[in-house]
Amino acid sequence: MSAAFDVAVEVSLRDGIADPEGLTIERALPALGFEGVSDVRVGKSLRFAVEASDEAEARQQVEAMCERFLANPVIEDVDISLSPAL
Amino acid sequence: MTTKVGVVVFPGSNCEQDVVEAVDTIGGFGELLWHKDTGLGDVDAVVLPGGFAHGDYLRTGAMARFSPIMDPIGRFARDGGPVVGICNGFQILTEAQLLPGALYKNRGLKFLCQPTMLRVNSTGSVLTRGLSVGDELNIPINHFEGNFICSEQVLAQLHDKNQIVLTYRDNPNGATADIAGICNESGNVVGLMPHPERAAHPLLGSTDGALLLKGLISGD
Repeated sequence: MSAAFDVAVEVSLRDGIADPEGLTIERALPALGFEGVSDVRVGKSLRFAVEASDEAEARQQVEAMCERFLANPVIEDVDISLSPAL
Repeated sequence: MTTKVGVVVFPGSNCEQDVVEAVDTIGGFGELLWHKDTGLGDVDAVVLPGGFAHGDYLRTGAMARFSPIMDPIGRFARDGGPVVGICNGFQILTEAQLLPGALYKNRGLKFLCQPTMLRVNSTGSVLTRGLSVGDELNIPINHFEGNFICSEQVLAQLHDKNQIVLTYRDNPNGATADIAGICNESGNVVGLMPHPERAAHPLLGSTDGALLLKGLISGD
């Protein structure tokens, strides 16, 4: 038996790596009246579905995808969210 | 014997013909290779040219590293064959882990297309073996993601093993340690953001790029 899982992968720059895009957005916000915003970081998100026998196997597959392809571990971190497809 | 330089064309490459012209101008023979080729034929050296391989989808070089030709290129590199990645080609070599580090967006978030002054920092690479440390070269850059990033450990290794090939005189993109080009430990795999093929003829305003490319032609 296999089941489908909805996957969301959030790819972000690793801590300590300067994010010029985030910095530019952060500087623009006060000009629009939004004060007190800090630590803006820009990333990307990927959404897809995988078939696997259970959630643990699905997670393992997604982790392997991230390591090999979806993110570059030299500069990026990933955050994986996984839930049974409705 | 004329040195044959294979120049790989990925969908979205756009500097391949310039590299072929430059190689021919300095006495080599440039030949185009297709990214789906599963062998390299009888080439003596390989160049991954600039452009936007596979549209730079996901990340620069992220798709290109899985093109079929990257397998024989990996074997060729491990056997000591000269492999040079220029701009997008450099990005592909880091994604393929034939070179360490990564290239990220320029510090100022601007696409940069301008002449730059480079300094030769190591003569242990196939591109700089005919030059001297401290030589200055005028070669243009043309990139949005040329900001070289690596861990402190990798940076220490690059210093220790003399793998920092070229540095910028005035760092244009925020690159770690002003790095414009690096090589692997044995010096046969080189990646650089500047475009030597665009400085290979007096009509282009500089011939300094030819000095680098001649390293591929002269052989051992």
